[in-house]
Amino acid sequence: MTTRYFGQPIKRNEDPRLLTGQALFTDDVHLPNMLHVAFLRSDYAHAHIRSINVSAAQAIPGVVAIYTADDLGDYWRPGPLLVPPPPVKDLIFNPRMQVPLAKNKVRHVGEPIVVIVAESRYIAEDAAQQIFVDFEPLPAVVDIEKALAPDAPVIHPDLAHNLNAHVIQRKGDYAAIRDQAAVLIKRRFLYDRGTAAAMENRGIVADWDAKNEQLTMWDTTQAPIPIRNGIAAMLGLSERQVRVVAPFIGGGFGPKIMMFYPEEVLLPWISMRLNRPVKWIEDRSENFYATTQERGQVHEAEIALTRDGRVLGIHDLFLHDAGAYAPYGLTVALNSQCTLLGQYDVPHYYSEFKAVFTNKPIVTPYRGAGRQHGVFVMERLLDIAAKELGIDRVEIRRRNLIPPEKFPYNNEIIYQDFAPLIYDSGNYAPALDKALALIDYTNFIQTEQPRLRAEGKLVGLGLVTYVEGTGIGPYEGAKVTIETSGRVSVATGIGTQGQGHYTVFAQVVAEQLGVNVENVRLVTGDTAEFYWGAGTFASRGAVVAGNAIHAAAVKVRQKILKRASEDLEAAEEDLELVDGTVRVKGSPSTAIKLGELAARLNPLRGAVKPGAEPGLEATDYFGPERGATASGVHAMIVEVDPETMQVEIKKYIAVHDCGVVINPMILEGQIQGGVAQGIGNAFYEQLIFDENGQLLNASFMDYLLPTADTVPRVEMDHVETRSPLNPLGIKGAGEAGAIPVGPLFAQAVEDALIGYNIEILEIPLSPNRLFELVLEPQQGS
Amino acid sequence: MYPPKFDYYRANSLSEAFSLMQEHGGAKVIAGGHSLIPSLKLRLADPGALIDIGRIGELKGITANGNSTRIGALTTHAIVAAAKNLPQGLTEAAGWIGDPQVRNRGTVGGNIAHADPASDLPTVFTALGATINLTGPGGERSVAAQDFFTGLFETALQEGELVSSIDVPTNGGGSAYAKLFNPASRYAVVGCAAQVKVENGVCSAASVAVGGLTSHATKANAVEAALLGKPLNEATIAAAAAQISQDLGDDVMGDLHASADYRRSIAPIYVAQALTAAASRAG
Amino acid sequence: MSSKRLLTTLAINGIEHELALEPRRTLLDALRHDLQLTGTKKVCDMGDCGACTVLVDGRAMYACLLLAVDCTDRQITTIEGLAQADELDPLQQAFIEADAFQCGFCTAGQIMSLKGLLNETPAPNDDQILRAVTGNLCRCGAYRNILKAGRLAADQVAHPEEARHADSTH
Repeated sequence: MTTRYFGQPIKRNEDPRLLTGQALFTDDVHLPNMLHVAFLRSDYAHAHIRSINVSAAQAIPGVVAIYTADDLGDYWRPGPLLVPPPPVKDLIFNPRMQVPLAKNKVRHVGEPIVVIVAESRYIAEDAAQQIFVDFEPLPAVVDIEKALAPDAPVIHPDLAHNLNAHVIQRKGDYAAIRDQAAVLIKRRFLYDRGTAAAMENRGIVADWDAKNEQLTMWDTTQAPIPIRNGIAAMLGLSERQVRVVAPFIGGGFGPKIMMFYPEEVLLPWISMRLNRPVKWIEDRSENFYATTQERGQVHEAEIALTRDGRVLGIHDLFLHDAGAYAPYGLTVALNSQCTLLGQYDVPHYYSEFKAVFTNKPIVTPYRGAGRQHGVFVMERLLDIAAKELGIDRVEIRRRNLIPPEKFPYNNEIIYQDFAPLIYDSGNYAPALDKALALIDYTNFIQTEQPRLRAEGKLVGLGLVTYVEGTGIGPYEGAKVTIETSGRVSVATGIGTQGQGHYTVFAQVVAEQLGVNVENVRLVTGDTAEFYWGAGTFASRGAVVAGNAIHAAAVKVRQKILKRASEDLEAAEEDLELVDGTVRVKGSPSTAIKLGELAARLNPLRGAVKPGAEPGLEATDYFGPERGATASGVHAMIVEVDPETMQVEIKKYIAVHDCGVVINPMILEGQIQGGVAQGIGNAFYEQLIFDENGQLLNASFMDYLLPTADTVPRVEMDHVETRSPLNPLGIKGAGEAGAIPVGPLFAQAVEDALIGYNIEILEIPLSPNRLFELVLEPQQGS
Repeated sequence: MYPPKFDYYRANSLSEAFSLMQEHGGAKVIAGGHSLIPSLKLRLADPGALIDIGRIGELKGITANGNSTRIGALTTHAIVAAAKNLPQGLTEAAGWIGDPQVRNRGTVGGNIAHADPASDLPTVFTALGATINLTGPGGERSVAAQDFFTGLFETALQEGELVSSIDVPTNGGGSAYAKLFNPASRYAVVGCAAQVKVENGVCSAASVAVGGLTSHATKANAVEAALLGKPLNEATIAAAAAQISQDLGDDVMGDLHASADYRRSIAPIYVAQALTAAASRAG
Repeated sequence: MSSKRLLTTLAINGIEHELALEPRRTLLDALRHDLQLTGTKKVCDMGDCGACTVLVDGRAMYACLLLAVDCTDRQITTIEGLAQADELDPLQQAFIEADAFQCGFCTAGQIMSLKGLLNETPAPNDDQILRAVTGNLCRCGAYRNILKAGRLAADQVAHPEEARHADSTH
């Protein structure tokens, strides 16, 4: 069949609804008789709760109910462990999960203590102000390097220390190879906390219909099906009694895959108890405490090389900040561990990490999900090695790239999906060459940079590579139906948060069924429409759900061909699907509309053949054996103002390989957006906690997100290396843009500031921080 | 982030405003509300009643009067930014306050009464030698901008008084405003307003103020002194700008985004930028 | 204190609505909750993000920092008021053409800010377009395409026939 839909930059199906203010988001759900919920949250990072007095609040007119942990009875229990640890030998794992409302003790600022239900949110907030909690403050664990000290305050007293996990993974034998290395370089790297800051705050509407014994829940989740399963179990309901809808979601980026948030557990319980619909919408201040965060790690890493720049091995010890609880297991730290080696053929690797509890908000994956930490360490080590060995930074990378003939390439350690870390496919040198051409590397280094430097301009270039494990299992499913109108409906279980699924998935279906993309209507994120699935995370939507949809569409195509072959008295191989019809090739007059064919297969009277299935519909599933490894190269030219240390991005290049591309326009949007967040993470965004665990910049006034005038256009190119792990040959792309930006900034800025002789070993940076770094050597001398 | 309950009264004239203020002790006056409403939402204030002066016609508009132009306290930043008969240092500063939504709603009077140390207009009015006209139940009085800003969020306004207008001299020479802004709030990390006159090739008058550095807009006397009698060129401007450290002393403040050392280090750059632009406009 | 509700007439998208409102209710909450005009979004609720931007008498403002009772006698335009029948506003059309958004949560605010710009500056340059949306955060990072959409819409407003023609030949 000719390719008409797949690979095309088709405009998005979902756009008109979103552009006219008609698309339904969770906060747009408005039900008659609905009550509103607010939370009283901890002002302390670490404290005992001595007592809670709610009597004044209860007396406020319009307050319907107030609950503390004690009021929850048996319903109060710590959340489930969402991701169990991987099968790594000698792994230590001490899971401690968040609770619906704090009982006796609070462990981070913003932890919910009391829930207030009222006729309006304004009244609920009035009431929250009249609740008095008697705290006994405790010293807080804030600095991850002090969390394991013998005298550190203990956050979970049953543990006697703050160790969440200890994991060692090995490839080869680093200790043995270390003695043979010509060069050893060791550095300490810091990567501080940030927040996803999706524009849409979290929110939940829960509506218990007592007459039908049916619970409906609208939730800003990336995983409606697991939410339904968990909530049904907690409430003692059948899964069929619970419908979870993740409607349009205003950005997810990871924290909305976390479950179960305390609010998710409480809202349906309250609705059942009060027999009224209830709504809670997080405010932005709550989002800074109550939505999960990411990033804090400290690495002590060593690279061993030969004189000609061949990497013999890497040794990395790191600490990972888990926050106050660790419901998401080890995903983020494992991603750091498993992404560090990147595109390089490294024979020996020793990686050991300790995840520690701190009195800070919970850490779960946020776009990149720990991968950027690993990439930062590796790329910085290569930069320093290149300088020390006198090798060009591109050359040292090129010498160590995994050659195409070595794929599938086994890194011999276990990835976050518990499968061995085996890169499925890759062809790295062409992407590197494209990036060099686009950034005009040789000309810049040899001509432009010296010329601009002579004019006093501090210009620098950065170029880094990365891989991203994407499209992991377990599985997704889809149901494709041709309606008698000829319209095609597609249902799948994952949620959608702006990735263009309505269009991309329609393209996958259109490709098989020969219908227009606009005639394919996707329903996603509604458990009433599709029962099975896991969710949108780990850059897996297009890979896993996309291939499930493809499989279901292929089955429908087979059904069409079978029946049309009978009706048209033609062999199946002589038929084609064009413009919403099936017809004999070369004979347009023989066409049957697909809707008509669907109607023939769903007769109201008469007999059908034994074994016949009604209509043109099929359901299928896809689960990959393991994740597909995407890769890329980013390059950047910056100019640093020597007086203010403000950094201006003059040019930004991204060359990306995510296998076969479904819609290049949407892919470019994903990469551009990822880069924007990466720039934020690298240069603007940092959650700053004081020694008491208080977050000092919990607003958009003080937490700096990139703005319209700070994000450059990313010039892009692509390399397509098919993944052998799925029929469509695709790899994920959602997180890639954000992953390599930290080391890219560090390298480019260091290059620009070459005369100052600084080494950038930390992220995020800022003009103020660069100012300090530049002063340090001067002060030291 | 929901305000506490309050009653709301709209004043249609100044006299009505004063009688409402007298009637409702503890009430807060609201105009654009861009400082007050956030603090209400954070429940940092619980005034019980708001008196809305936003529609009092006599507090609006820009009127030229000889060598001075009067800006009504309720004039928005957007209107000031687009005005033709005001010093360029003021219009360009107003055009860089916050973002369009803030400029379309925020008022000049509200801005200076709030006296945020990183705000732009206090710096500009101080440099331009503006006069702040205050009105209270007992009548009017005027305070030089330089004396109006007295501390961190503190001004010479007394209980029961309102800013009614600002008189800005329009014969002070060329003026300009330069700042490094916080990328989120667009408030000044360092802001400098300068006004200079050039006669016979040398600087005959100079007025310079900086903001974002200390608790309130500060006049840069040492910078000014270094300019007088000098031709204004790159070297003299740089030398004068370096004097800002004299003016600042040890009082520079730091915050999460910019340490005191950083601010002190970059202050001369923005002083020089403002002076250079002002000199080019001095004709 | 009594905090009595005040009878307030709000003119939204050319239609007058009479509401009894607590004075503390913001225009944003009145739009979203009392009038079910949920296209205007609440993100920071503190005037820092631009998602709630509406036009008040033609100028872009933050609905989260306006008291609804202070909006009587003002003409308020929201995202729901832009499209005429089935025909999208040129700005909305430009957002599709330029792929200027992903999740769509900041989009109403971006469009209203640009609408405010085009009301005052029919032929803006790139710098003016960018400055019009500096108060509008987009976490999906679609800023460069928002700039492109602003350009397309400005062209369309300035030269309706040519722009439409140019689109159809694209």
